[in-house]
Amino acid sequence: MSSEAPMSYSSKDAVVCRGVGKTWAAGTKRAHEALRDIDLDVKPGEFVVLLGPSGCGKSTLLYLIAGLEDATEGQIWSFRDRVETPSPDRSLIFQETSLFPWLTVWENVSFGLSIRGASKQERRTVAAEALQRVGLTAAMDKRPDELSGGMRQRVAVARALAMRPKVLLMDEPFAALDVQTRARMQDFLLDVWRDSGASVLFVTHHIDEAVALADRVVVFTSRPGRIKTIMPIDLPRPRNLFSREAETLRIQLTELLRDEVDRAFAEQEALAPAA
Amino acid sequence: MAVVTPPDYSDGASAAGGSRPAAVARLFASMAGEGVLARIWWTCLSIGLFVGIWEFCWLVGWADPKLLPPPHIFLGSIVEQGKYFNTATRWQVGNSMNDGPSAFESVMITIGATTMRVFVGLLIASVLAISIGVLVRYSHLFDKLVLPTVTLLSPVSPIAWLPVAIFIFGIGNGPAIFMVVIALFFHLVLATINQIDGVSPNLINVARTMGASKRQIYWRVIVPAILPGMLAVLRMNLFGAWMVVLIAESTGVGYGMGQVIMLARNTFNPSLVFFSIAVIGVLGFGFDWLLRQAQRRILYWLPDTVGKLRVL
Repeated sequence: MSSEAPMSYSSKDAVVCRGVGKTWAAGTKRAHEALRDIDLDVKPGEFVVLLGPSGCGKSTLLYLIAGLEDATEGQIWSFRDRVETPSPDRSLIFQETSLFPWLTVWENVSFGLSIRGASKQERRTVAAEALQRVGLTAAMDKRPDELSGGMRQRVAVARALAMRPKVLLMDEPFAALDVQTRARMQDFLLDVWRDSGASVLFVTHHIDEAVALADRVVVFTSRPGRIKTIMPIDLPRPRNLFSREAETLRIQLTELLRDEVDRAFAEQEALAPAA
Repeated sequence: MAVVTPPDYSDGASAAGGSRPAAVARLFASMAGEGVLARIWWTCLSIGLFVGIWEFCWLVGWADPKLLPPPHIFLGSIVEQGKYFNTATRWQVGNSMNDGPSAFESVMITIGATTMRVFVGLLIASVLAISIGVLVRYSHLFDKLVLPTVTLLSPVSPIAWLPVAIFIFGIGNGPAIFMVVIALFFHLVLATINQIDGVSPNLINVARTMGASKRQIYWRVIVPAILPGMLAVLRMNLFGAWMVVLIAESTGVGYGMGQVIMLARNTFNPSLVFFSIAVIGVLGFGFDWLLRQAQRRILYWLPDTVGKLRVL
């Protein structure tokens, strides 16, 4: 653990990033910079959405905070501890189904406990509790292949909750779902978030989703990903997403993103061989 | 009579009382599906076609029954041929062909011995290869030390190992099992590594965020994730095992299908050759069926690709 703490952050913050950068394949010919100069503080219990064009490095930031990858620049802290390895305090939920297909739903949910060597009875109790919070008690003994996409992501959320994480990291978790299911899942996630008291970092490229969920929206530039602006969403919850204020926010975010998407396209065209 | 009968559109044949078209229709209906019955039908038809061509060639005189006896000849003399499977007494001077176990028992003993060798070889090869393959990915040092040798030996034909098998194990079950293991081992190691590299990184990352140690990730995520794929690889290598075991047995294990084929060759007995081929075919088919059942049990979550290809 690092001995010197950075000067300007509250040690109670759930996530603190200072000057974080990531270059993939650093030092080789294929090196490319995914993230640069990220400064971000996430308060305990805060819902932060990372919004940006595809390939802007927002998922990379999530992996760095999870401790699955090492930052090449800067430092990350979570509740006073330097982030160097993965920790059960920070659960990551992926876009694609990441349930273990050979385990039943309840075994999936209690996988983290079995890693710690908990008894079967304890595991089943915790799994039942977590599954109840996502409304899937009935699916306890089913296999993942028997569930729909939305149910599987709820199981993934239950699995993350079973670890009682302080930070939930979500990498476009609803991207593969249809629009109706996605709206339901957003409501469901807000309920779970309120109950758990955990901070949430949620990656998406959907502006609607950002407005529906976030306390603050972090808008990224295109590659290398930098923070373009951080926009607080002060709409009271439960939110009326058809209100004039919500519409105004969506328009603002759309304009912020449009520049970046244009820039990304221009870059890609420059890279493409001349026709 | 006021009974209204539907107009009879059927042709005269069915009206004349023969329910044959109906029976034929039922037959075709049962062949059309994907059920067990349909599969049995098509298997019989496929084999029947092959046998029919052979019998036809014999009938018109193209196939010399002394060299290529058709099935009705070599299967017709099963009892007589069965005696040659009686390896218990064959080598001893003064024993008549009729001593020892009966023809049927001899065939069963021979089949059992060969099957056992394939099965044990398969088991040893899979356990060994999966362990080594996992260790190669687990430990960088092990990778550097072992993988070059495995890659170097992988393309060597198992036949080249035959003398080694005899040097080390002499005569008996040992060399036959050794040959099966050698024939499968190197391929299975490479296949295991390939399977490990194909495991979804998400599954590994989930386990990592839950605090799993490296050992736990290998034992609880990677091994279960690769097992279904390994079963498929094993199925593909099963036939190789059957081929190799015959070669090993033909070089003096004492008894087994390979021995019988060598005996048939040396005594110029084509009926025995074809009978043995038929037995081996049925055994291989049965083994493959068993593995397929096991695969279906374990691979229950995989989508049905065959079905998708069929509608193309």
